[in-house]
Amino acid sequence: MSETRDMIVKPIISNNPIALQILGVCSALAVTSNLKTALVMTLAVMVVTAFSSMFVSMIRNHMPSSIRIICQMTIIASLVIVVDQILKAVAYDTSKQLSVFVGLIITNCIVMGRAEAFAMKNEPIPSFLDGIGNGLGYGAVLMFVGFIRELFGSGSLFGIEILPLVTNDGWYMSNGLLLLPPSAFFIIGMMIWIIRSFDTSQVEKPDFVICKNSKKEAI
Amino acid sequence: MEQYISLFVKAVFVENMALSFFLGMCTFLAISKKVQTAIGLGVAVIVVLAITTPVNNLLFNLLLKEGALAWAGYPDVDLSFLGYISYIGVIAAIVQILEMVLDKFFPALYNALGVFLPLITVNCAIMGAALFMVERDYNFGESVVYGVGAGLGWALAIATLAGIREKLKYSDVPAGLQGLGITFVSVGLMALGFMSFSGVQL
Repeated sequence: MSETRDMIVKPIISNNPIALQILGVCSALAVTSNLKTALVMTLAVMVVTAFSSMFVSMIRNHMPSSIRIICQMTIIASLVIVVDQILKAVAYDTSKQLSVFVGLIITNCIVMGRAEAFAMKNEPIPSFLDGIGNGLGYGAVLMFVGFIRELFGSGSLFGIEILPLVTNDGWYMSNGLLLLPPSAFFIIGMMIWIIRSFDTSQVEKPDFVICKNSKKEAI
Repeated sequence: MEQYISLFVKAVFVENMALSFFLGMCTFLAISKKVQTAIGLGVAVIVVLAITTPVNNLLFNLLLKEGALAWAGYPDVDLSFLGYISYIGVIAAIVQILEMVLDKFFPALYNALGVFLPLITVNCAIMGAALFMVERDYNFGESVVYGVGAGLGWALAIATLAGIREKLKYSDVPAGLQGLGITFVSVGLMALGFMSFSGVQL
């Protein structure tokens, strides 16, 4: 039981696909200017990762290893087409906002990475759970970034006004930078800093270390 | 002619693949520690984008678009939902063919690019360019220019980041920010710099 829990909980903080393994960063940055698109993207990625891991794991013993990448690609691309069609039917406006990024789930490294690293070696059920866990880890980062960007960038959450804006006779002056692309980089950079301050085992070793000054006056 | 130049400048600077759409970020962050390798990868991306975007454009306009199959006697067929799987197939196939051609005829270039070519299949920038090309309805000529421009912009961004990171390793970075964290922050600053191009129009 605890193993199952580990599989889902671990990727969220301690082995986060975005913060630690640098996988799937592309879409994490682009769809987070508001929470609604971030949530839809999270669900889409979670479904695709979970099912693609399961299907890859099911046929892993019948796949020649020389063509395994293209087999995985085909499975992933088919799942993304299904997700895209469902999104277009159910939530057309959101799917327009996500524009090309739904299609880019195919090349999202998390999906490929989990298929290659986990699903090729494990049974279908654990692979499915691993997919869900990594989808959640990805989603946690997306929701965190989306939360900050929407709350401070446009004073609302899920489109509902939380901080009344000056333009609407409120008191909050929105920070336009947070709606622009570069802010996502800063927020993820800071988030990595926070995570690594608590979990120091994740800290990378520097290539060069500056020598300590022997004399105090030199500083 | 002017429209092509304008599109080219837009693709390289204003709508830079890496810095304003965040495409190809995984490789962008992972393979930007040395300028040499970064330039190698950048060149590979330019070549692949310059070939795949026009090919996908032809594929879309001649086979997948609504009514495109009229020449075969099926004027009502709309295959555009098959787009994703076809583009990725085309990209994977072209990368594979390119690898074999380079190996046979240009061994020096193959040795320089060899390691990066397979990586490019899963580079979101390639797929992203194909999807943008479809979404914005470019014609064949525009898709060629857009492919080259987008590739050049991406290569420029990764080479610059590699240059910054080469210097950055001598700096005294706080422990938790070391490595990935500081890279994110510097890419953010670069993106901020590239935003100043957003007013450029020809």
